[in-house]
Order: sequence, then structure tokens, then C-alpha cells
Amino acid sequence: MSGLLRLASVEIALAGRLLVPTLDLAVEGGEVVTIMGPSGVGKSTLLAFIGGTVDPVFSARGRVYVGETEVTRLPPERRRLGILFQDDLLFPHLSVGGNLAFGLPPAIRGKRQRARRIETALAGAGLAGFAPRDPATLSGGQRARIALLRTLLAEPQALLLDEPFGKLDTALREEFRRFVFGLIAARRLPALLVTHDGADAEAAGGRILRLDG
Amino acid sequence: MGEALHEIAAAGTAGESAGRPRGLLAYAPGLTVAVFLVPIAAGLLGTLFPAFGYLPALGGRTLGWAPWQALFAHPGFPSALRLTLTTGLGTTAAALALATGFCALVYGSTGFRRAEALLAPILASPHSAIAIGLAFLVAPSGWLARLVSPWLTGWTSPPDFLSVGDPWGLALALGLLVKEVPYLLLMTLAALNQVPARAQLDIARALGYGRGVAWIKIVLPQVYPQIRLPVYAVLAFSLSVVDVSLILGPGNPPPLAVLAMRWFSDPDVGQYFPAAAAASLLLALVAASIMLWRLAELGVAAIGRAWIARGGRGLSAEPGLRLAALAVGLLMALSTLSMLSMALWSLASTWRFPAMLPSAWTLANWRHALERIWWPASTTLFVGLAATAASLLLALACLENEARSGAHPGSRALWLLYTPLLVPQIAFLFGAQVLLLRLGLDGTFLAVVWSHVLFVLPYVFLSLADPWRALDPRYARTAACLGASPARILLRVKLPMLLRPLLIAAAVGFAVSVGQYLPTLFAGAGRLSTLTTVAVTLAAGADRRVIGVYVFLQSLLPLVLYGLALLLPAAIYANRRGLARSG
Repeated sequence: MSGLLRLASVEIALAGRLLVPTLDLAVEGGEVVTIMGPSGVGKSTLLAFIGGTVDPVFSARGRVYVGETEVTRLPPERRRLGILFQDDLLFPHLSVGGNLAFGLPPAIRGKRQRARRIETALAGAGLAGFAPRDPATLSGGQRARIALLRTLLAEPQALLLDEPFGKLDTALREEFRRFVFGLIAARRLPALLVTHDGADAEAAGGRILRLDG
Repeated sequence: MGEALHEIAAAGTAGESAGRPRGLLAYAPGLTVAVFLVPIAAGLLGTLFPAFGYLPALGGRTLGWAPWQALFAHPGFPSALRLTLTTGLGTTAAALALATGFCALVYGSTGFRRAEALLAPILASPHSAIAIGLAFLVAPSGWLARLVSPWLTGWTSPPDFLSVGDPWGLALALGLLVKEVPYLLLMTLAALNQVPARAQLDIARALGYGRGVAWIKIVLPQVYPQIRLPVYAVLAFSLSVVDVSLILGPGNPPPLAVLAMRWFSDPDVGQYFPAAAAASLLLALVAASIMLWRLAELGVAAIGRAWIARGGRGLSAEPGLRLAALAVGLLMALSTLSMLSMALWSLASTWRFPAMLPSAWTLANWRHALERIWWPASTTLFVGLAATAASLLLALACLENEARSGAHPGSRALWLLYTPLLVPQIAFLFGAQVLLLRLGLDGTFLAVVWSHVLFVLPYVFLSLADPWRALDPRYARTAACLGASPARILLRVKLPMLLRPLLIAAAVGFAVSVGQYLPTLFAGAGRLSTLTTVAVTLAAGADRRVIGVYVFLQSLLPLVLYGLALLLPAAIYANRRGLARSG
């Protein structure tokens, strides 16, 4: 399942101003490419374009490939790209288990088997027994880990990380970074990381791409 | 480079829309406008033509001024016109002044946010229910007179003075204020969410401004543009209201809207023509009043800018504001007492002047009424539920279409939405009834539901739009990246997360439907009656004990739904702290 995320001649403009100049990029499975640059330069917009959720006010062109498939014209739900934001965005009306079940593909059938998959994932993240909990009662670090688990349970072919460490304090940050990058390496997923923080880029250990507007 | 960017822009938009087929949803705004505006436009035409003598069904085949001449020659016309203008413009100005004064003085105090909960029952009760209760309060034999009798006044029988139906329309104005001030307060509260008022007031007060004046100079100019359309709706309503005027207004001569109504229901069909002229004149009056109000806004803004520039700290204005806040408090007390008095009447067996409470209690009123009330009560319930469900569906389809297409409707869309609230009901309902008659739909359940949707939809949409648009779009994006289709995102993420505002919108819509008098009367063609139409008819002279039963139920139904809207999400999400926040 060694993936590949490839961008071909991607350009993004807003109201006639070019935000992201022509970009060609191939990310191998297990590699984390970091995109850095000042605020408002279009880093998050680039991720939204790849994920298929870019606001129509932006004009974007170019092609996006996941593995061998071109996904540029596919709706986001069919791109098989996992996305992680600064906020965990756990659905507040669902329990922890409900959130994870939302991510788990319907192909995994049977109540018991689905529950087992969720419990295994939680145990692997040091959160065994958390399934019935209300997400609002968890700590920031726990919520962040559950958000990542939810993304991974959907079996994405690549990961888009939009400042996922931005809201965590220093100690948690390092721990969550190890958790994320460890899982990316283990699953050999290609990943794009947007961040302000040089330490994030260093920990990611991959190439660094600078957008300067 | 410029050319290249053009290309990018073209490619970008094409790519986006190609990725997201929107299907049927794309027709939602068009359908909504059609449900709304086409019938209103047709109804207006159907009133305008008879106003100039053209209505072939009744033998009017030539255009002319005869209906207008008949209207102007009517002996009661000058005072009807004067009454309409004074009560319409006067109550709107007074309601705005009182609501502003109250907010200026009370904003920031601990009770301010709680005011919203107090407003709900008043807003949920139909206009006519509060007006009927108020009529009892201020009548010579009413609670207010009993409060001071006989120990202060010496009255042992009801005194002989005119209160309800006074020729100046004061009781009518009071009846309108009781509902309009809470409505404007609620709109102001909603608008305040968009303004960082707290910090701005702190700064102003640090500069030495009094609390109330700081609010008027700093916050009001930011809030007013957002409550402008609601103010115009209040203005149009006050100028053209029929049910409250029937209950509290003078009978001879009545305000213009009631005059038109009386002629429309005259057995002599020839009266249709002057009725249409009166209704058309009312439409012109509303349009002219809104324009006049707009001009006055500009004038007040210019004066206000100069006033602000002078830099007065306004500490001397506080007593005036305190008076306004007191008046608002009195109005709220009056409406609460109105509701309470009617509840008591429904349980009274004997209640003689000047006793403060009934001397004998009974359930017989309810037992007797129950047989006859069953039919209008269930009509009220089912029409209300159907109109609310239809409005919710249309509003949801429009909002979902907006979210998926990324189109942000401008202020023009908001004006469209307000159209049914700005056009006098009597000016298009008559014409619409002619249309329904031709379609063979008059007096049907469907026609009544549609006539209610016209007024329910704007409120449902306005109540739902803000929370809907405020939902973090990244929830939907996250769900999409987890493989959820747009339909699944709507059903599993958006609707459950927005359950509370959804139910509140439904409760608001239901309350609006229960309160409709004129639309029920016209579209129902006398064959379908609701609690409101029966209560207004009874108010003219039936036994207060019987009226009490109707009015009590009229207010109870919307309140029960409102209570459910608050309790259900709290119960369903009892274990979800992230959704437990109020609002």
C-alpha cells in the first residue's frame, strides 16, 4: 500500500493575484513534505485544493494524483485523502466511538467487528475503553489523537496536515508529533504538512517547500 | 501574466462546479421565490384591478375612478386615514425608542441575556391572544380597574369610561406595543452578537461617557442597519393590522385596514370595489411610510453624527433612559397579566366586579368548549405543523444549496424574504383569494397551509440561517475527507449538530402560523377556522369564560412546542457537553 501523492502544474490565484505559483511535486509513501510560509500565502488553500474543498472564490488549476488515479475532478469524499486541522473537529453530537465509526468504511460489516476495530485503534493510541466517552470531556491531546485515528480508520491513501500541532502546548506537541509521524512511517503514507513552526518541519524529516507569496 | 490568470480563473471555476453536481437542490431558491412572490404579485394585481373598477366576475369591465370616489366620499374615510397613520407611525417610533432605551440602559447587566428567555412566551403568543387579554385588563370592568376598586375609587360597579376602542386608537397602540417592543428587543439581541459591543462600551466609559449614552452613540449605529428590515416590518404591520384593530381599535370609524376588511366581507358584492381601493391605498401608504422612514433615518443619522462629534458625555440623559426601561418592564408585565387573566377566566364560574379573583371556580367552561373547540384546535395544529414542515424543507434546501454552491446571497435576497412581511396582508390576500377561487382551491387545507407558509417561511429562514452559516465548514470538509457523501454529511453531521436551532426555528414558525388571522380567513373561505379566527370572532361579545378557553389554548400550543424545542436537544444531548451550550 505504498502510496504516492503527486501534484502536476498546480496554480492557485485569488482575485487575479497568484498565490501558489506553478507547483510540481511528488511525495513518496512514508515521506512528509513540509510547506512553510507566512500567513495568508495560500498554504491552507493549497491543501484544500488537493482535498477538493477549496472555496470557489479561489481560482485553481492543475492536476492531483493519488497513486495512479487523477482525483482533480472527483468530489472530496471519493479522493481518499485524509485531512487533519489545527482544531480536532470531533463531531460534538457523537461519542468517541461514534466519531471513529463515522470514519470506518462501511465495507467493514457487523456491529461487533466494527466495535473491535475501533477498540483496537483506541488501544493502539493508549486510549483503550474511551469509545463511550463524550469528546467534550477529553483533554486536548486525547482529542487530537482521536481525530487522527478517525482519519486513519477511513483508510486514506495520503494525508494532508493543516497545522495539526498548532493548538497544543510544547510537551503535548512533541508527543503528538511522534505519534503522527510514527503512524505515517508505519503505514508508508505520503503526507503534506503545513506549518509555521520550524521544529515541526525538522521533526517531519522530509523536504521543505517555501511559499513566499 | 494577466492573460494567464484569466485562464486560471476560468479553469478553476469550471473545475469546481464539475466536481459537485447539485441536482435538484439548485432549484431550491427559485422554487422558494415562486412559492412566495408569484402569489403575492398575482394577489396584488387581483386587488389593484378591482380598485379601478375591473373585475369581470362581478360585472366590472371598464377601468375608472369610481371605487376611489366611493372610498373618498365615505364619511368615515378622513378619520380612518388619520387613525391608520397616527397609530402606524406612532407605535413604530415608540416601539423603537422604547426598545433602544431599554437596551441602552440594561445592556451588560446580568439580567440582559436572561431577557431573551422572558421574551419567548410573549413572542410565541399570538397577537390576538394578547390583545384579547389586554382588552380585559384595561376595560372599565377589567383587572386594572378592579385593582383600585372599591378602596381607592369607590366604584362598586364598572365605571362609565371608554378604554377599549377609544377614538384615538390608544388601546390599539398599546396592544401593538406589547408585541412589537419584545420583537424589536429580540432582533436587537441577535444583531448584538455581530458587534464587539462589550469592549467598545468599556472604552467609551473609560472616556467618561454615561452607560446608556455610550450605547446609543457607539452600539446603536452598528446595530440599526441590521434591524432596519425588522423595523420596516413593524411599520408595515402597524399600518395594516386587522385582528388587533378589531379587538382593541375604535369601531366607528375603524382604521383603514378594518374598513377594507368590512367591505370585503359585505354581503353586497358591489362593496368589493371600494374595498379594493382601500386595500390599494394601504399598500401605497405602507410604501410611502417606509420611504419617509428611510429619509428620517438619514436625517437622524446626520444629526446624530453632529451630536456625537460634540462629545457630550450625556450623563444627564440617564433618567430618560430609565423611563424607557421602566415602560418596557410595564409592557411585559401587562402582557403577562393579560395571559394570566384569560387563563383565570377560563376556570371561573362567577367573577363579579370588583373582585380580584373569581369567587367560584369550575372546569365546566372547558367541558362545554371542548366539543366545539376540538375541530378548530386540530386545524390549528395540523395547519401549523404542515406550514412549518414545508417552510423548514424550503429553508434547509436553500441553505444547503448555498453551502454547496458557495454562493453568498446579498441584501437583495433578504429584501425578497421580507416581502410578505412588508406588503400589507389585506392588499394581496383578497386578490389571492380570487386566484384560489379560480383554481378551485379556496377553503381547502392546502390553500390555508400555503397562505401560512408565506409568513412562516421568512421567520423560519431568518431563525435558521445564522446558526447554519455559523457552523464551522471544516466539520463538513472533515466528514467529506472521511468518505461521507453530501447527503450523509447533511443527515449525520449538520442536522444533528444543528438540532437545537432547527427545533427553535420550527417552534418560531409554528407560533407564527397559530397567530395568522387574515390569511386563514381569506384562504379558508370561512370553511376552515383556527383557534385564532374563532377567538377574534368571539372577542366581539361572547362570554369571557368561553373566550378564555380559546385564548388560553391559542397561547398554550406554541408554548408547548417552544418548550419541546428547548427540552428535546437537552435530553438527547445530555451526555454531549460540546452541544450543551445554550443558544
